[in-house]
Amino acid sequence: MVDAFFQWLPTTWLGQLLGLEPTPTLYFFSIVLMILAVVLPLLIAVAFTVYFDRKIWAAVQLRRGPNVVGPFGLLQSFADGLKLFLKETIIPAGANKVIFLMAPMITFTLALISWAVIPFDEGMAIADLNVGILYILAISSLGVYGIIMSGWASNSRYAFLGALRSAAQMVSYEVSIGFVLVCVLISAGSLNLSDIVDRQAGGAIYWNIWPFFPIFVIFFISALAETNRPPFDLPEAEAELVAGYQVEYSSMAFALFFLGEYANILLMSAVMAILFFGGWHAPLPFLEFIPGFIWLFIKIAFGFWLFAMVKAFVPRYRYDQLMRLGWKVFLPLSLFFVVFYSAIFVYGGFLPTNG
Amino acid sequence: MDLALTDIVFYVFAATTLASGMLVISARNPVHSVLWLILAFFSAAGLFVLLGAEFLAMLLVVVYVGAVAVLFLFVVMMLDINFTELRQGMMQHMPLGVLIGLILLIELATLAFTWNFGDDVAKNAASPGPIDASVTNTEALGVLLYTDYIFIFQTAGLILLVAMIGAIVLTHRERPGVRRQNIGKQVRRRPEDAFELVDVETGEGVTLPTKKG
Repeated sequence: MVDAFFQWLPTTWLGQLLGLEPTPTLYFFSIVLMILAVVLPLLIAVAFTVYFDRKIWAAVQLRRGPNVVGPFGLLQSFADGLKLFLKETIIPAGANKVIFLMAPMITFTLALISWAVIPFDEGMAIADLNVGILYILAISSLGVYGIIMSGWASNSRYAFLGALRSAAQMVSYEVSIGFVLVCVLISAGSLNLSDIVDRQAGGAIYWNIWPFFPIFVIFFISALAETNRPPFDLPEAEAELVAGYQVEYSSMAFALFFLGEYANILLMSAVMAILFFGGWHAPLPFLEFIPGFIWLFIKIAFGFWLFAMVKAFVPRYRYDQLMRLGWKVFLPLSLFFVVFYSAIFVYGGFLPTNG
Repeated sequence: MDLALTDIVFYVFAATTLASGMLVISARNPVHSVLWLILAFFSAAGLFVLLGAEFLAMLLVVVYVGAVAVLFLFVVMMLDINFTELRQGMMQHMPLGVLIGLILLIELATLAFTWNFGDDVAKNAASPGPIDASVTNTEALGVLLYTDYIFIFQTAGLILLVAMIGAIVLTHRERPGVRRQNIGKQVRRRPEDAFELVDVETGEGVTLPTKKG
């Protein structure tokens, strides 16, 4: 995406007007522009995601949800953001200041940089890495640091307990996510996200969701745990830990956690769309004329809808049940499915030839 | 320009790795030490990316930063250490530590200067084999690990498994009287097992049946 833009920009009327040459400086600026082109829509999407989350939750419980600010309450998130922006940032006296302030920044940054490898359409990724899926796994495993640092630096019992819970939870469920990814990788023969999407071209019947339905279920539930969403939101369980690791945070520091959390949820929905729902491909071949990023957007919205519905339906797990599910149910199950699918691919002759 | 940029990035990563490595041992707070260690791992991963070994870089982040260091941090955060007390004996042990370090340094230096490489090493280093650009390094590593080095690779895995089982066996203890949730038992439980309806005559009371398990 960056290269194409870099080649294309000097040929436009704007490029000719400014007399742009394909220099390294221009390359740098095209990278920055591409990053902004992904991050700005993402942040706006996050704002609306929060709104839809609340609306869906309200609809399930027969309430109205946010409906005052703007038409249908659409501007509620922006009003909330403004409110947080205008509040005072409070740093507790006993806190470790540097780490306390770094933690929300790390959470937010990590939630954004994973989007660098998401292909929005054919060749439309900021960085089309060979190891794209490992990159996402690596960044999401880093995500735990923002939480554990915030919990420790807050110097508060509630925050610390929340952070410890979260660290254990994310490490546990990453294992089963890793095994689920292995299954999909074997079918695609590549770690590159674009290749994985390309393997699912040609309509909905070729999507990975059909052969891989059992591991899709495992992936979805693990993604809920990985993003600390209900029913696995124990790190911030308000009834027992007030708000867990966020308890000492106010103002923009809290807003960064909040935005990072929702950006992570959207990322998980995007990964789900890419791995199981054919990424940018249309469900029916004759609908391919609609641009790929719109299909991906629809699929991400569907993934988020699932996340929101689960939040509305399911009561919170107890912590020991959560650990039991992660280690005693999902780990053996996903390990079994790795062996199962590899056996099918090897002995059924379905191994992809490109890798 | 391109070369210069790579050089700058290399020196930034290398300097960060070294500096954070130093800070790991000199930081006053053990939690800070672990955080510096994580930064060192992370910049080492950056160096791997510069070398074009993106698979190793990602593995370094996933395994060391994402799992090992998290558990490290976990343990260090929960330890209740008196830092000032810990530092008191520091100067006493300093000469011994310096001596051991010096001996190690001399040994390593002796080894490094007297090491004899094989005859073909210099030749191979001078003209390395052609790099096939069509093979990603994930694939190249996989092919090598699962063909030529399969036994060594599997043995390494088994050693780790044995270590893990050993650690579990050593630390596992059966505690009597711990109440655990048995989900199967909970689901099997029916209203009939849990309670019964009894018509009680006025003024007579009931004799409760003995509990069934």
